[in-house]
Amino acid sequence: MSEMRKIIIDPLVDNNPVTLQMLGICSALAVTTSLLPALLMCIALTSVAALSSAAISLIRNRIPNNIRIIVHMTIIASLVILTDQLLRAYAFETSKQLSVFVGLIITNCIVLGRAEAFAMKNSVGLSFLDGLGNGLGYSLVLIIVATLRELFGAGTLLGYPILELTQDGGWYEANGLMLLPPSAFFIIGLLIWVIRSWRKQQVEHADYQIHEVHRTDVY
Amino acid sequence: MPDKKTFDRDSISNTLFVSVGLSLVCSILVASAAVVLKPVQLKNAEEYRQRIILEVAGLMQADADIAELFATIQSDNVEIASGESVEIYLEKSDGAVKQIILPISGPGLWSTMRGYLAVAPDGNTVKGIRFYEHGETPGLGDQIDKEDWRALWVGKRIFDDSNSPRIEVVRGLALQDDSNPNAIHQIDGLSGATLTGNGVTKLVQHWMGPEGFGPYLETRQ
Repeated sequence: MSEMRKIIIDPLVDNNPVTLQMLGICSALAVTTSLLPALLMCIALTSVAALSSAAISLIRNRIPNNIRIIVHMTIIASLVILTDQLLRAYAFETSKQLSVFVGLIITNCIVLGRAEAFAMKNSVGLSFLDGLGNGLGYSLVLIIVATLRELFGAGTLLGYPILELTQDGGWYEANGLMLLPPSAFFIIGLLIWVIRSWRKQQVEHADYQIHEVHRTDVY
Repeated sequence: MPDKKTFDRDSISNTLFVSVGLSLVCSILVASAAVVLKPVQLKNAEEYRQRIILEVAGLMQADADIAELFATIQSDNVEIASGESVEIYLEKSDGAVKQIILPISGPGLWSTMRGYLAVAPDGNTVKGIRFYEHGETPGLGDQIDKEDWRALWVGKRIFDDSNSPRIEVVRGLALQDDSNPNAIHQIDGLSGATLTGNGVTKLVQHWMGPEGFGPYLETRQ
């Protein structure tokens, strides 16, 4: 039981795919201008990650080694197409804003990474939970970034006005930078800083040490 | 002697079995999803198009049934200079045309922008503009979707006295007073989106010109 718990909880902060492993950054920049498309993207990625991990784990003992990546991609791609079709049918307006990014889940390193690193070695149930946990870890970051961007970039959340804009006679001057991709870089960077100040063990060791060399040291 | 595995997953027969089997399962899954969901998707796309047309004509009301509102709109075909037949829409009430809704498209800064322009029955006064598909810069070029900018178009004249299309998006603010004789043709530019604005000017002038709906609108005047 505690193992299952750990598989779900771990990727949220301690082993977060975005802030620790630096995966999935591309879509995190692109779909976070407002909260609604970000939420939809989270649901799409989480379900693809969980279901593909479970499916790959189900046939893990049959997958030939030399075509295993192709097998992973086929399963992931089919699930992504399925998700994309469902979104187009039942969340048409928002899916238009997500444009190519649902399709790009196929190449999302989080999904393929979990398939290769976890699902190939573990049972169906655990693999499903692992995919779910990593999807939720990604979602957590996306939701934080999207909330900040929509709130300070447009003064709204999920389209509802929160901060009254000056152009509508309020007090808040919308920050246009928040709607541009660089702001997501800044926010994710700051987020990583905060997490690593709190969880010191995530700080990476320097690859090499720069020594100060004095003339007298040189023989 | 090493243990002989009873099952060799790297054998050629298993490789073939897995790849063929998986392809079959996945293709059936994807194909059936596409077939089952197609009617819903087509309905969405059609409803979206109708909503855009209603919006450009200023007829859209919140919470109203789109199909019901769309009943006042009729489609018509216009042959343009290239010989192509283009579908346009007319808002009619009691048999009289109240608005002409023309499809427009052309390059912006990054993308092909597609939308509709609504014109009054005089064939000259703009009643509304709306793009339903574009890939302009978020926060800058995509301000062409903004309601307050689209409102600037309403009441502008497309043609000058010699019947050539003059309507344009200027850089900065278009002075709306007597010192600017072209004010009636000019729309304020969007800051940070000069190139998108230029694209809009070009595509509107093209579609209102002799190669677009120019000749058709002339018959209306």
